[in-house]
Amino acid sequence: MQDFSYIAFVLIIPLVIFVITGLFGKKMPGLSGILGTLGMLSAACLSYFVAYQYFIAGGRTADGLYPALEPFKHTWLQFSPSLSIDIGIMLDPISVMMLVVVTTVSLMVHLYSIGYMHGEERYATYYSFLSLFSFSMLGLVVSTNIFQMYMFWELVGVSSFLLVGFYFSKPSAVAAAKKAFIVTRFADLGFLAGILILSFYSESLDFGTIIERMTDHSGSIFESANAASFMGVSALTWALCLIFMGGAGKSAMFPLHVWLPDAMEGPTPVSALIHAATMVVAGVFLVARLFPVYAQVPAALDVVMYVGAFSALFAAIIACTQTDIKRVLAYSTMSQIGYMMFSLGVSGYWGHEGLGYSASMFHLFTHAMFKALLFLGAGAVIHYVHSNEMGDMGGLRKKMPVTNAVFLIACLAISGVPPLSGFFSKEEILTAALHHNKIIYVVGLVTACLTAFYMFRLYLSIFWNKATPTNKVSSDSLLLLEKVPEGRMRQGGHGGEVHHMEAPMTMKLPLLILAIATLVTGFIPFSMYVSADGTAFHSEFHLIPAIVAVSAGAIGIIIAIFLYGKKNDKPERISSVLGNIYSSAYRKFYVDEIYLFVTKKVIFKSLAAPAAWIDRNVVDGMMNLISTVTENFSDGVKTVQSGKVSNYVLWFFAGAVVLSLMIVYAI
Amino acid sequence: MIDMNSILLVSFGLFFIGAFGFLTRRNMVTMLMAVELMLNAVNINFVVFNRYLFPHKADGFFFTIFIITIAAAEAAVAIAIIINLYRKFRSIDAEDADTMKW
Repeated sequence: MQDFSYIAFVLIIPLVIFVITGLFGKKMPGLSGILGTLGMLSAACLSYFVAYQYFIAGGRTADGLYPALEPFKHTWLQFSPSLSIDIGIMLDPISVMMLVVVTTVSLMVHLYSIGYMHGEERYATYYSFLSLFSFSMLGLVVSTNIFQMYMFWELVGVSSFLLVGFYFSKPSAVAAAKKAFIVTRFADLGFLAGILILSFYSESLDFGTIIERMTDHSGSIFESANAASFMGVSALTWALCLIFMGGAGKSAMFPLHVWLPDAMEGPTPVSALIHAATMVVAGVFLVARLFPVYAQVPAALDVVMYVGAFSALFAAIIACTQTDIKRVLAYSTMSQIGYMMFSLGVSGYWGHEGLGYSASMFHLFTHAMFKALLFLGAGAVIHYVHSNEMGDMGGLRKKMPVTNAVFLIACLAISGVPPLSGFFSKEEILTAALHHNKIIYVVGLVTACLTAFYMFRLYLSIFWNKATPTNKVSSDSLLLLEKVPEGRMRQGGHGGEVHHMEAPMTMKLPLLILAIATLVTGFIPFSMYVSADGTAFHSEFHLIPAIVAVSAGAIGIIIAIFLYGKKNDKPERISSVLGNIYSSAYRKFYVDEIYLFVTKKVIFKSLAAPAAWIDRNVVDGMMNLISTVTENFSDGVKTVQSGKVSNYVLWFFAGAVVLSLMIVYAI
Repeated sequence: MIDMNSILLVSFGLFFIGAFGFLTRRNMVTMLMAVELMLNAVNINFVVFNRYLFPHKADGFFFTIFIITIAAAEAAVAIAIIINLYRKFRSIDAEDADTMKW
């Protein structure tokens, strides 16, 4: 048993830096970036050390499992002897893995932002928000307790809101921040309801206790949770589906995905950190954390599987039609998270059946690296071109050789080309799907093909496909930049200044590190460390499924090269042939419009407007009535006090006469 | 000896003259004089009842003297009030002192 209590510093350091840069950042703008980066560096080193100590030096316990350690736990709110809310740190394989992922990507983003956000007016504020986010995300992954997780869950939501709305002078950024917050809040309502149902039956909020009680088939708690039913579905299934709803909101699963593409209004490094690598996988992490419970309820896992698979395909189709490079990446993120979700959905619990679980975590790990790389690469391109539109780019490979190389590596990785990291995780996911459900397998293959297609469409449009002379583009965007300094061209953060050179070293270094990570992480024998029931197994390599998966990717790449390798009119012709299908995919299948219709036309008109009418006329009316009656009555009474002495005297005499008459005649 | 009822009739008349004056006059000094009239009507009643009904006692006379003393003090206070009101409102009309009403 080793001492892991130093793990608390991984959380404390970002928190302290958040407070320092938040309070004093304005006085030392340049320093706050360096301070944030150094703090994150130390947090990252600590988590690497934890990972080393946990996985390699610590090793397994006698029964071959990695222990779930709680180096730090404090009872915070004691409701009853059996129910309390604790604050603590739990270390188990997935939380240690997430610690590594979060601190690594966060460190890269901190470093990258020194260059990217240079010259930004609210530079220190940006860094304090980044630290707040890192703290919240780290707190989320090490939560011992579902309620603690919920609190950090909301904290990451808040920091996401703050960072998406960072350019708050842009109305679209404000709208996007609000949308992200409201949609995820709505999903969190389900999460909270799920927590309450689950903890009501299991009489605990602690992850370990919940899992222990809910997996014990002979126990009375499991029986009562299964016996109680609502609308024909057992309480346990309801709880898990509602918790999944929270996860789906955070992880942008259909139909709660609408906030993610809009969230790209935030600075690009933020998109890399929050909306690609860490926060959006919180939903996957949540399901994985409660996986032993999910594994007891096949219906809930089926929901996870179908929602994940549908989202993967749906997002991939939309991504093929988008022209804003960050939106393509956003839909790609959604699609890859869909992969992780259905991979959890197809997973079993025991031993080798848990391949889907391991594959999902593996994909989470590799995806975090290459998607952060893609976003940071896209940030470098945006920094150079000062535009998000593919149409403004093209032929940049000579001007940005480093970015070109790392972007290509990331695109190959996400397309599943061996021997890059994406290949291994994706191949495992598809193998797991093949063993469980053929339909999901086919969906996964089609998605893989589409993924390769849109990623290479993106890559070729940026770095090849010389659409217009690049000089003209730069001068155009320069003009635009001067005309609309607060507009979308502002993304680069550089104000009116345009650099005609590739990104500075602080931006290149994270790209290179992440590219190396993308190259090598695939060789980690992940299922040895992370598996559903904790036992290690070797994920076997099957040649045929691997060939099928790779060829699906290859087909996508070839089609993309055929269509976008050189400037031609084939894409336009194809889109005009597809007609409605193309345009509806381009309009994101009208999901936003449906939301607007449902909220504005249905909810506002039929619920909110009558409610407002009742509030104004019935509730307020009652109060107004009471006050009117009182006022009129006192108006009538007050005339008695005329202020005329003779009137008072008259009343006095009248009273005296009446009294004396009463005395005379009554006695 | 004069009939007791006749004297009571005088005091009755005196009291209602005073009451009428108090109700109808607006000048505060006049109202004060009307109050004095009513007080004197009461004094007459005290004296008459004492003299005719309880000739061996002097309580009614004491009361009368007491009331005369009080009336003098009251007149002093009332005139002080009237002077202050006059300073404030530049008038001794009871109608003009209307700040205490709603």
